[in-house]
Amino acid sequence: MLVTVAQALINGLLIGGIYALVSIGVTLIFGVVKVVNFAQGEIVMAGMYTSYFCATLLGIDPLVSLLISMPALFIVGVCLQHFLIRRVLKLGDMPQIFLTFALSLLLTNVALLLFKADYRTIQTSYSDTAIHIGPVYIAVAKLIAFGVAMLLSALLWVFLRTTDLGKAMRASAQNPEVSMLMGINPDLVFAVAVGLALALAGAAGSLLMPFYPAYPMVGQVFILMAFVAVVLGTLGNVTGALIASLMMGVAESLGIQFVGADSGLIVVFVMFLVTLIIRPNGLFGGKRR
Amino acid sequence: MLSVTNVSASYGRVPAISDICIEVGEGEAVGLLGANGAGKSSTLRAISGLIKLTAGSVTFGGINTKGMPPYKITELGIAHVPEGRQVFPELTVRENLEIGAYLPGPKAQRQRSLDRVFTIFPVLAKRQKQLAGTMSGGEQQMVAVGRGLMLMPRLLILDEPSLGLSPVMADLTFEKIHEIHTSGTAILLVEQNVSRALTLVDRAYVLEGGRVIMNGSSIELANNKQVQASYLGI
Repeated sequence: MLVTVAQALINGLLIGGIYALVSIGVTLIFGVVKVVNFAQGEIVMAGMYTSYFCATLLGIDPLVSLLISMPALFIVGVCLQHFLIRRVLKLGDMPQIFLTFALSLLLTNVALLLFKADYRTIQTSYSDTAIHIGPVYIAVAKLIAFGVAMLLSALLWVFLRTTDLGKAMRASAQNPEVSMLMGINPDLVFAVAVGLALALAGAAGSLLMPFYPAYPMVGQVFILMAFVAVVLGTLGNVTGALIASLMMGVAESLGIQFVGADSGLIVVFVMFLVTLIIRPNGLFGGKRR
Repeated sequence: MLSVTNVSASYGRVPAISDICIEVGEGEAVGLLGANGAGKSSTLRAISGLIKLTAGSVTFGGINTKGMPPYKITELGIAHVPEGRQVFPELTVRENLEIGAYLPGPKAQRQRSLDRVFTIFPVLAKRQKQLAGTMSGGEQQMVAVGRGLMLMPRLLILDEPSLGLSPVMADLTFEKIHEIHTSGTAILLVEQNVSRALTLVDRAYVLEGGRVIMNGSSIELANNKQVQASYLGI
Protein backbone atom coordinates (compact mmCIF):
# COMPACT_ATOMS: atom_id res chain seq x y z
CA MET A 1 0.00 0.00 0.00
CA LEU A 2 2.65 2.47 1.10
CA VAL A 3 4.73 1.59 -1.95
CA THR A 4 1.76 2.14 -4.25
CA VAL A 5 1.11 5.54 -2.71
CA ALA A 6 4.75 6.51 -2.98
CA GLN A 7 4.84 5.37 -6.59
CA ALA A 8 1.69 7.34 -7.44
CA LEU A 9 3.03 10.43 -5.68
CA ILE A 10 6.27 10.33 -7.63
CA ASN A 11 4.57 9.74 -10.99
CA GLY A 12 2.13 12.56 -10.29
CA LEU A 13 4.80 14.99 -9.20
CA LEU A 14 6.88 14.29 -12.31
CA ILE A 15 4.02 14.85 -14.78
CA GLY A 16 2.95 17.84 -12.68
CA GLY A 17 6.23 19.49 -13.66
CA ILE A 18 5.15 19.37 -17.30
CA TYR A 19 1.70 20.74 -16.44
CA ALA A 20 3.51 23.55 -14.66
CA LEU A 21 5.38 24.65 -17.79
CA VAL A 22 2.08 24.94 -19.66
CA SER A 23 0.12 26.61 -16.89
CA ILE A 24 2.89 29.09 -16.04
CA GLY A 25 2.73 30.25 -19.65
CA VAL A 26 -1.04 30.65 -19.54
CA THR A 27 -0.92 32.55 -16.25
CA LEU A 28 1.95 34.75 -17.46
CA ILE A 29 0.04 35.80 -20.57
CA PHE A 30 -3.13 36.32 -18.57
CA GLY A 31 -1.36 38.27 -15.82
CA VAL A 32 0.56 40.59 -18.11
CA VAL A 33 -1.45 40.88 -21.34
CA LYS A 34 -4.87 40.04 -19.76
CA VAL A 35 -5.68 37.58 -22.53
CA VAL A 36 -6.56 33.90 -22.13
CA ASN A 37 -4.52 31.88 -24.59
CA PHE A 38 -6.62 28.89 -25.59
CA ALA A 39 -3.93 27.86 -28.06
CA GLN A 40 -1.29 27.16 -25.41
CA GLY A 41 -1.92 23.40 -25.69
CA GLU A 42 -1.31 23.53 -29.44
CA ILE A 43 2.01 25.23 -28.74
CA VAL A 44 2.93 22.17 -26.66
CA MET A 45 1.94 20.10 -29.68
CA ALA A 46 4.15 22.27 -31.90
CA GLY A 47 7.04 21.73 -29.50
CA MET A 48 6.44 17.98 -29.62
CA TYR A 49 6.45 17.83 -33.42
CA THR A 50 9.53 20.04 -33.55
CA SER A 51 11.41 17.58 -31.36
CA TYR A 52 9.87 14.61 -33.15
CA PHE A 53 11.16 15.73 -36.53
CA CYS A 54 14.49 16.84 -35.11
CA ALA A 55 14.87 13.30 -33.76
CA THR A 56 13.62 11.34 -36.77
CA LEU A 57 15.08 13.48 -39.56
CA LEU A 58 18.21 14.88 -37.97
CA GLY A 59 18.86 12.44 -35.15
CA ILE A 60 18.82 15.17 -32.52
CA ASP A 61 17.87 14.13 -28.99
CA PRO A 62 14.74 15.91 -27.65
CA LEU A 63 16.73 17.34 -24.76
CA VAL A 64 18.96 19.03 -27.32
CA SER A 65 16.15 20.07 -29.66
CA LEU A 66 14.73 21.93 -26.67
CA LEU A 67 17.28 24.53 -27.71
CA ILE A 68 15.53 24.73 -31.07
CA SER A 69 11.88 24.54 -30.02
CA MET A 70 12.20 27.14 -27.25
CA PRO A 71 13.74 29.99 -29.28
CA ALA A 72 11.56 29.14 -32.30
CA LEU A 73 8.39 29.35 -30.24
CA PHE A 74 9.64 32.46 -28.45
CA ILE A 75 9.77 34.13 -31.85
CA VAL A 76 6.34 32.73 -32.73
CA GLY A 77 5.06 34.22 -29.47
CA VAL A 78 6.52 37.65 -30.17
CA CYS A 79 4.91 37.59 -33.63
CA LEU A 80 1.60 36.30 -32.23
CA GLN A 81 1.49 39.22 -29.81
CA HIS A 82 2.67 41.81 -32.27
CA PHE A 83 0.57 40.88 -35.28
CA LEU A 84 -2.55 39.35 -33.73
CA ILE A 85 -3.19 39.78 -30.01
CA ARG A 86 -2.10 43.43 -29.95
CA ARG A 87 -4.80 44.26 -32.46
CA VAL A 88 -7.64 42.88 -30.35
CA LEU A 89 -6.48 44.12 -26.94
CA LYS A 90 -8.81 47.09 -26.88
CA LEU A 91 -11.79 45.22 -28.29
CA GLY A 92 -12.82 43.40 -25.12
CA ASP A 93 -13.02 39.77 -24.09
CA MET A 94 -14.96 38.21 -26.96
CA PRO A 95 -12.64 39.06 -29.86
CA GLN A 96 -9.69 37.95 -27.72
CA ILE A 97 -11.33 34.62 -26.92
CA PHE A 98 -12.26 34.09 -30.56
CA LEU A 99 -8.73 34.89 -31.67
CA THR A 100 -6.88 32.46 -29.45
CA PHE A 101 -9.59 29.80 -29.72
CA ALA A 102 -9.51 30.07 -33.50
CA LEU A 103 -5.75 29.78 -33.38
CA SER A 104 -6.11 26.59 -31.36
CA LEU A 105 -8.51 25.07 -33.91
CA LEU A 106 -6.36 26.22 -36.79
CA LEU A 107 -3.16 24.72 -35.40
CA THR A 108 -4.86 21.41 -34.57
CA ASN A 109 -6.30 21.12 -38.05
CA VAL A 110 -3.11 22.15 -39.80
CA ALA A 111 -1.35 19.45 -37.80
CA LEU A 112 -4.03 16.93 -38.80
CA LEU A 113 -3.57 17.89 -42.42
CA LEU A 114 0.22 17.73 -42.35
CA PHE A 115 0.87 14.86 -39.95
CA LYS A 116 -2.40 12.83 -39.96
CA ALA A 117 -3.93 11.67 -36.70
CA ASP A 118 -1.16 9.11 -36.10
CA TYR A 119 0.45 8.77 -32.71
CA ARG A 120 4.14 9.37 -33.16
CA THR A 121 6.73 8.36 -30.63
CA ILE A 122 10.48 8.43 -30.54
CA GLN A 123 12.83 6.13 -28.79
CA THR A 124 15.72 7.63 -26.86
CA SER A 125 18.48 5.82 -25.02
CA TYR A 126 16.79 6.75 -21.74
CA SER A 127 13.15 6.23 -22.79
CA ASP A 128 12.84 2.85 -21.07
CA THR A 129 15.36 3.20 -18.27
CA ALA A 130 14.35 3.69 -14.68
CA ILE A 131 15.99 4.27 -11.36
CA HIS A 132 14.93 1.90 -8.60
CA ILE A 133 14.78 3.15 -5.05
CA GLY A 134 13.76 0.10 -3.11
CA PRO A 135 10.44 -1.05 -4.58
CA VAL A 136 9.72 2.35 -6.13
CA TYR A 137 10.91 3.07 -9.64
CA ILE A 138 11.43 6.44 -11.30
CA ALA A 139 11.39 6.70 -15.09
CA VAL A 140 14.53 8.54 -16.17
CA ALA A 141 12.86 10.41 -19.05
CA LYS A 142 10.19 11.76 -16.70
CA LEU A 143 12.75 12.64 -14.06
CA ILE A 144 14.78 14.61 -16.59
CA ALA A 145 11.63 16.33 -17.87
CA PHE A 146 10.67 17.27 -14.32
CA GLY A 147 14.16 18.53 -13.52
CA VAL A 148 14.37 20.70 -16.63
CA ALA A 149 10.81 21.96 -16.06
CA MET A 150 11.68 23.05 -12.52
CA LEU A 151 14.91 24.64 -13.74
CA LEU A 152 13.07 26.65 -16.41
CA SER A 153 10.40 27.71 -13.90
CA ALA A 154 13.12 28.85 -11.53
CA LEU A 155 14.84 30.78 -14.32
CA LEU A 156 11.57 32.55 -15.13
CA TRP A 157 11.14 33.40 -11.45
CA VAL A 158 14.65 34.83 -11.29
CA PHE A 159 14.00 36.80 -14.49
CA LEU A 160 10.80 38.30 -13.05
CA ARG A 161 12.42 39.13 -9.70
CA THR A 162 15.86 40.40 -10.60
CA THR A 163 15.94 41.90 -14.09
CA ASP A 164 14.61 45.33 -15.01
CA LEU A 165 12.55 43.86 -17.83
CA GLY A 166 11.12 41.27 -15.43
CA LYS A 167 10.20 43.94 -12.89
CA ALA A 168 8.72 46.04 -15.69
CA MET A 169 6.64 43.00 -16.66
CA ARG A 170 5.29 42.64 -13.12
CA ALA A 171 4.66 46.38 -12.91
CA SER A 172 2.81 46.30 -16.24
CA ALA A 173 0.69 43.39 -15.03
CA GLN A 174 -0.28 45.29 -11.88
CA ASN A 175 -0.97 48.66 -13.47
CA PRO A 176 -0.39 49.03 -17.23
CA GLU A 177 -1.24 52.72 -17.34
CA VAL A 178 1.10 53.80 -14.57
CA SER A 179 3.86 51.57 -15.92
CA MET A 180 3.74 53.63 -19.11
CA LEU A 181 4.32 56.73 -16.98
CA MET A 182 7.58 55.06 -15.87
CA GLY A 183 8.68 54.93 -19.51
CA ILE A 184 7.81 51.24 -19.96
CA ASN A 185 6.71 50.34 -23.48
CA PRO A 186 3.81 47.90 -23.03
CA ASP A 187 4.16 46.51 -26.57
CA LEU A 188 7.69 45.35 -25.77
CA VAL A 189 6.80 43.91 -22.37
CA PHE A 190 3.73 42.10 -23.74
CA ALA A 191 5.65 40.62 -26.67
CA VAL A 192 8.37 39.28 -24.37
CA ALA A 193 5.76 37.85 -22.00
CA VAL A 194 3.94 35.98 -24.77
CA GLY A 195 7.27 34.88 -26.24
CA LEU A 196 8.42 33.45 -22.90
CA ALA A 197 5.07 31.74 -22.35
CA LEU A 198 5.21 30.02 -25.71
CA ALA A 199 8.86 29.07 -25.22
CA LEU A 200 7.89 27.32 -21.96
CA ALA A 201 5.04 25.47 -23.68
CA GLY A 202 7.45 24.47 -26.44
CA ALA A 203 9.87 23.20 -23.81
CA ALA A 204 7.05 21.14 -22.32
CA GLY A 205 6.50 19.57 -25.74
CA SER A 206 10.15 18.70 -26.23
CA LEU A 207 10.46 17.28 -22.72
CA LEU A 208 7.36 15.10 -23.23
CA MET A 209 8.57 13.58 -26.47
CA PRO A 210 10.77 10.78 -25.00
CA PHE A 211 7.81 9.27 -23.10
CA TYR A 212 4.60 10.70 -24.57
CA PRO A 213 3.17 10.34 -28.10
CA ALA A 214 2.71 13.36 -30.36
CA TYR A 215 -0.63 13.70 -32.15
CA PRO A 216 -2.58 16.72 -33.40
CA MET A 217 -5.05 16.79 -30.48
CA VAL A 218 -2.48 16.27 -27.74
CA GLY A 219 -2.73 19.90 -26.68
CA GLN A 220 -6.22 19.36 -25.24
CA VAL A 221 -4.86 17.17 -22.46
CA PHE A 222 -2.52 19.89 -21.34
CA ILE A 223 -4.64 22.98 -21.84
CA LEU A 224 -7.39 21.54 -19.65
CA MET A 225 -4.93 20.87 -16.84
CA ALA A 226 -3.33 24.27 -17.37
CA PHE A 227 -6.61 26.14 -17.02
CA VAL A 228 -7.49 24.34 -13.82
CA ALA A 229 -3.99 24.99 -12.45
CA VAL A 230 -4.14 28.66 -13.40
CA VAL A 231 -7.44 29.18 -11.58
CA LEU A 232 -6.46 26.96 -8.66
CA GLY A 233 -3.16 28.81 -8.27
CA THR A 234 -4.86 32.23 -8.59
CA LEU A 235 -5.01 33.95 -11.97
CA GLY A 236 -1.77 35.65 -12.94
CA ASN A 237 0.26 34.09 -10.11
CA VAL A 238 3.27 32.24 -11.54
CA THR A 239 4.31 30.53 -8.30
CA GLY A 240 0.68 29.63 -7.68
CA ALA A 241 0.36 27.98 -11.09
CA LEU A 242 3.51 25.98 -10.42
CA ILE A 243 2.36 24.65 -7.05
CA ALA A 244 -1.20 24.00 -8.29
CA SER A 245 0.18 22.06 -11.28
CA LEU A 246 2.26 19.82 -9.04
CA MET A 247 -0.76 19.25 -6.78
CA MET A 248 -2.90 18.36 -9.77
CA GLY A 249 -0.33 15.94 -11.14
CA VAL A 250 -0.32 14.18 -7.78
CA ALA A 251 -4.14 14.23 -7.47
CA GLU A 252 -4.53 12.83 -10.97
CA SER A 253 -2.00 10.10 -10.32
CA LEU A 254 -3.59 9.10 -6.99
CA GLY A 255 -6.99 9.08 -8.74
CA ILE A 256 -5.73 6.76 -11.45
CA GLN A 257 -4.20 4.49 -8.84
CA PHE A 258 -7.03 4.31 -6.34
CA VAL A 259 -10.24 5.28 -8.14
CA GLY A 260 -9.75 3.90 -11.60
CA ALA A 261 -7.64 4.26 -14.71
CA ASP A 262 -10.10 6.73 -16.25
CA SER A 263 -10.82 8.59 -13.05
CA GLY A 264 -7.68 10.67 -12.58
CA LEU A 265 -9.41 13.82 -13.75
CA ILE A 266 -12.35 13.24 -11.42
CA VAL A 267 -10.06 13.54 -8.42
CA VAL A 268 -8.44 16.63 -9.93
CA PHE A 269 -11.79 18.32 -10.43
CA VAL A 270 -13.12 17.38 -7.02
CA MET A 271 -10.00 18.93 -5.51
CA PHE A 272 -10.50 21.96 -7.76
CA LEU A 273 -14.15 22.47 -6.79
CA VAL A 274 -13.53 22.00 -3.08
CA THR A 275 -10.69 24.51 -3.20
CA LEU A 276 -12.81 27.05 -5.04
CA ILE A 277 -15.62 26.70 -2.51
CA ILE A 278 -13.19 27.39 0.32
CA ARG A 279 -11.02 29.92 -1.51
CA PRO A 280 -12.87 31.44 -4.49
CA ASN A 281 -9.78 33.39 -5.58
CA GLY A 282 -7.60 30.29 -5.72
CA LEU A 283 -5.00 29.11 -3.27
CA PHE A 284 -2.97 32.30 -3.36
CA GLY A 285 -5.72 34.88 -3.81
CA GLY A 286 -5.55 37.56 -1.17
CA LYS A 287 -8.42 39.84 -0.34
CA ARG A 288 -7.04 42.69 -2.36
CA ARG A 289 -8.27 41.66 -5.80
CA MET B 1 9.43 74.61 -20.63
CA LEU B 2 5.91 73.13 -20.72
CA SER B 3 3.41 74.82 -22.99
CA VAL B 4 -0.15 73.63 -23.18
CA THR B 5 -1.82 75.57 -25.97
CA ASN B 6 -5.58 75.57 -26.62
CA VAL B 7 -5.85 71.92 -25.67
CA SER B 8 -9.14 70.05 -25.76
CA ALA B 9 -9.66 66.40 -24.96
CA SER B 10 -12.57 64.08 -24.37
CA TYR B 11 -13.49 60.66 -23.08
CA GLY B 12 -15.33 59.11 -26.00
CA ARG B 13 -17.91 61.73 -26.85
CA VAL B 14 -17.88 63.38 -23.45
CA PRO B 15 -15.69 66.48 -23.55
CA ALA B 16 -13.39 66.67 -20.54
CA ILE B 17 -11.40 69.83 -21.13
CA SER B 18 -11.57 72.55 -23.74
CA ASP B 19 -9.23 75.26 -24.87
CA ILE B 20 -6.80 74.90 -21.97
CA CYS B 21 -3.66 77.05 -21.98
CA ILE B 22 -1.00 76.48 -19.35
CA GLU B 23 2.67 77.41 -19.08
CA VAL B 24 5.22 76.02 -16.64
CA GLY B 25 8.71 77.52 -16.69
CA GLU B 26 11.99 75.88 -15.72
CA GLY B 27 12.09 75.29 -11.97
CA GLU B 28 8.69 76.89 -11.42
CA ALA B 29 5.93 75.60 -9.13
CA VAL B 30 2.51 76.00 -10.72
CA GLY B 31 -0.88 75.01 -9.34
CA LEU B 32 -3.92 73.68 -11.13
CA LEU B 33 -6.86 74.32 -8.88
CA GLY B 34 -10.56 73.71 -8.98
CA ALA B 35 -13.39 71.56 -7.73
CA ASN B 36 -13.95 67.88 -8.34
CA GLY B 37 -14.63 67.26 -12.03
CA ALA B 38 -13.28 70.62 -13.18
CA GLY B 39 -10.88 68.86 -15.57
CA LYS B 40 -7.67 69.03 -13.55
CA SER B 41 -6.75 65.36 -13.84
CA SER B 42 -7.81 65.30 -17.48
CA THR B 43 -5.44 68.18 -18.19
CA LEU B 44 -2.61 66.22 -16.59
CA ARG B 45 -3.55 63.10 -18.53
CA ALA B 46 -3.51 65.10 -21.75
CA ILE B 47 -0.03 66.38 -20.92
CA SER B 48 1.40 62.93 -20.26
CA GLY B 49 -0.32 61.35 -23.24
CA LEU B 50 -2.79 59.15 -21.37
CA ILE B 51 -5.67 60.72 -23.29
CA LYS B 52 -5.53 61.96 -26.84
CA LEU B 53 -5.92 65.63 -27.66
CA THR B 54 -8.82 66.55 -29.89
CA ALA B 55 -7.41 70.04 -30.43
CA GLY B 56 -4.42 72.16 -29.47
CA SER B 57 -0.87 71.15 -28.73
CA VAL B 58 1.47 70.27 -25.87
CA THR B 59 5.15 71.06 -26.17
CA PHE B 60 7.81 70.22 -23.62
CA GLY B 61 11.32 71.64 -23.90
CA GLY B 62 10.42 72.76 -27.41
CA ILE B 63 9.29 69.29 -28.52
CA ASN B 64 5.71 68.82 -29.66
CA THR B 65 4.35 65.66 -28.05
CA LYS B 66 1.73 65.10 -30.73
CA GLY B 67 1.30 61.40 -31.45
CA MET B 68 3.78 60.33 -28.78
CA PRO B 69 2.75 57.45 -26.51
CA PRO B 70 3.00 58.12 -22.76
CA TYR B 71 6.25 56.18 -22.37
CA LYS B 72 7.92 58.44 -24.95
CA ILE B 73 6.63 61.60 -23.28
CA THR B 74 8.08 60.30 -20.00
CA GLU B 75 11.47 60.15 -21.71
CA LEU B 76 11.34 63.91 -22.28
CA GLY B 77 11.63 64.42 -18.53
CA ILE B 78 8.07 64.50 -17.25
CA ALA B 79 7.20 62.43 -14.18
CA HIS B 80 3.47 62.15 -13.63
CA VAL B 81 2.50 60.96 -10.14
CA PRO B 82 -1.10 59.93 -10.73
CA GLU B 83 -4.12 60.51 -8.56
CA GLY B 84 -4.72 57.93 -5.85
CA ARG B 85 -0.99 57.13 -5.62
CA GLN B 86 -1.21 53.95 -7.68
CA VAL B 87 1.95 52.31 -6.46
CA PHE B 88 2.61 48.82 -7.81
CA PRO B 89 1.06 47.00 -4.84
CA GLU B 90 2.82 43.66 -5.22
CA LEU B 91 6.23 45.11 -5.84
CA THR B 92 8.40 46.02 -2.87
CA VAL B 93 9.10 49.65 -2.05
CA ARG B 94 12.59 49.20 -3.45
CA GLU B 95 11.27 47.64 -6.67
CA ASN B 96 8.74 50.44 -7.08
CA LEU B 97 11.58 52.95 -6.86
CA GLU B 98 13.82 50.94 -9.19
CA ILE B 99 11.05 50.80 -11.79
CA GLY B 100 10.93 54.60 -11.58
CA ALA B 101 14.46 54.58 -12.98
CA TYR B 102 13.68 52.10 -15.75
CA LEU B 103 14.73 54.35 -18.64
CA PRO B 104 18.43 54.27 -19.59
CA GLY B 105 19.21 57.86 -18.51
CA PRO B 106 17.72 57.61 -15.02
CA LYS B 107 19.01 54.04 -14.69
CA ALA B 108 22.61 55.22 -14.97
CA GLN B 109 21.97 57.44 -11.92
CA ARG B 110 19.82 54.93 -10.06
CA GLN B 111 21.91 54.68 -6.90
CA ARG B 112 22.27 58.43 -6.57
CA SER B 113 18.53 58.91 -7.08
CA LEU B 114 17.78 56.23 -4.50
CA ASP B 115 20.00 58.00 -2.00
CA ARG B 116 18.20 61.25 -2.72
CA VAL B 117 14.74 59.69 -2.30
CA PHE B 118 15.83 58.03 0.96
CA THR B 119 17.13 61.38 2.20
CA ILE B 120 13.81 63.05 1.48
CA PHE B 121 11.72 60.11 2.74
CA PRO B 122 13.80 58.31 5.38
CA VAL B 123 10.93 55.94 6.17
CA LEU B 124 11.21 54.42 2.70
CA ALA B 125 14.81 53.41 3.37
CA LYS B 126 13.63 51.42 6.36
CA ARG B 127 10.72 49.84 4.48
CA GLN B 128 12.58 48.91 1.28
CA LYS B 129 11.56 45.26 1.36
CA GLN B 130 7.91 45.82 2.26
CA LEU B 131 5.26 45.28 -0.42
CA ALA B 132 4.06 48.75 -1.38
CA GLY B 133 0.41 47.66 -1.27
CA THR B 134 0.66 46.92 2.45
CA MET B 135 1.74 50.43 3.43
CA SER B 136 -0.44 53.23 4.78
CA GLY B 137 -1.87 55.84 2.41
CA GLY B 138 0.69 58.45 3.39
CA GLU B 139 3.57 56.05 2.96
CA GLN B 140 2.24 54.95 -0.43
CA GLN B 141 2.15 58.61 -1.43
CA MET B 142 5.83 58.86 -0.50
CA VAL B 143 6.55 55.80 -2.65
CA ALA B 144 4.64 57.33 -5.56
CA VAL B 145 6.43 60.68 -5.28
CA GLY B 146 9.77 58.95 -4.74
CA ARG B 147 9.15 56.76 -7.79
CA GLY B 148 8.51 59.93 -9.78
CA LEU B 149 11.76 61.47 -8.55
CA MET B 150 13.69 58.37 -9.65
CA LEU B 151 13.01 59.52 -13.22
CA MET B 152 15.08 62.63 -12.48
CA PRO B 153 12.34 64.70 -14.07
CA ARG B 154 12.58 68.30 -15.19
CA LEU B 155 8.88 68.53 -14.39
CA LEU B 156 7.17 66.65 -11.58
CA ILE B 157 3.39 66.45 -12.02
CA LEU B 158 1.51 65.72 -8.81
CA ASP B 159 -2.18 64.85 -8.93
CA GLU B 160 -3.91 65.39 -5.57
CA PRO B 161 -0.98 64.28 -3.41
CA SER B 162 -2.89 65.04 -0.19
CA LEU B 163 -6.04 63.13 -1.16
CA GLY B 164 -7.16 60.77 1.58
CA LEU B 165 -4.27 61.58 3.89
CA SER B 166 -4.57 62.56 7.53
CA PRO B 167 -3.92 66.28 8.16
CA VAL B 168 -0.54 65.45 9.67
CA MET B 169 0.43 63.31 6.69
CA ALA B 170 -0.86 65.96 4.27
CA ASP B 171 1.28 68.59 6.00
CA LEU B 172 4.31 66.35 5.74
CA THR B 173 3.61 65.68 2.06
CA PHE B 174 3.36 69.40 1.28
CA GLU B 175 6.58 69.99 3.19
CA LYS B 176 8.34 67.37 1.08
CA ILE B 177 6.95 68.80 -2.15
CA HIS B 178 8.30 72.20 -1.11
CA GLU B 179 11.67 70.62 -0.43
CA ILE B 180 11.70 68.96 -3.87
CA HIS B 181 10.78 72.23 -5.54
CA THR B 182 13.48 74.24 -3.77
CA SER B 183 16.04 71.70 -4.97
CA GLY B 184 15.27 72.82 -8.53
CA THR B 185 12.56 70.54 -9.93
CA ALA B 186 9.63 72.27 -11.63
CA ILE B 187 6.28 71.22 -10.21
CA LEU B 188 2.77 71.16 -11.61
CA LEU B 189 0.46 70.54 -8.69
CA VAL B 190 -3.21 69.62 -8.83
CA GLU B 191 -5.00 70.16 -5.54
CA GLN B 192 -8.48 70.45 -4.13
CA ASN B 193 -7.01 71.91 -0.99
CA VAL B 194 -6.68 75.34 -2.57
CA SER B 195 -5.47 77.27 0.45
CA ARG B 196 -2.63 74.81 1.08
CA ALA B 197 -1.72 74.68 -2.60
CA LEU B 198 -1.47 78.47 -2.83
CA THR B 199 1.16 78.51 -0.07
CA LEU B 200 3.29 76.15 -2.14
CA VAL B 201 3.10 77.37 -5.73
CA ASP B 202 4.29 80.56 -7.40
CA ARG B 203 1.35 80.80 -9.79
CA ALA B 204 -1.86 78.92 -10.39
CA TYR B 205 -4.64 78.31 -12.87
CA VAL B 206 -8.23 77.86 -11.74
CA LEU B 207 -10.32 75.38 -13.71
CA GLU B 208 -14.08 75.14 -13.89
CA GLY B 209 -16.17 73.04 -16.27
CA GLY B 210 -13.09 71.94 -18.20
CA ARG B 211 -11.86 75.48 -18.85
CA VAL B 212 -9.32 77.83 -17.32
CA ILE B 213 -11.39 80.59 -15.77
CA MET B 214 -8.64 82.46 -14.00
CA ASN B 215 -4.91 82.55 -13.52
CA GLY B 216 -2.45 84.61 -11.60
CA SER B 217 0.16 84.64 -8.87
CA SER B 218 -0.62 82.88 -5.62
CA ILE B 219 -1.04 86.18 -3.82
CA GLU B 220 -3.42 87.55 -6.44
CA LEU B 221 -5.55 84.44 -6.33
CA ALA B 222 -5.54 84.25 -2.53
CA ASN B 223 -6.89 87.81 -2.46
CA ASN B 224 -9.39 87.30 -5.25
CA LYS B 225 -12.98 87.53 -4.01
CA GLN B 226 -14.28 84.83 -6.35
CA VAL B 227 -11.52 82.40 -5.34
CA GLN B 228 -12.09 83.19 -1.69
CA ALA B 229 -15.81 82.55 -2.02
CA SER B 230 -15.62 79.43 -4.17
CA TYR B 231 -12.56 77.64 -2.85
CA LEU B 232 -11.27 79.17 0.33
CA GLY B 233 -14.54 79.40 2.21
CA ILE B 234 -13.95 82.98 3.22
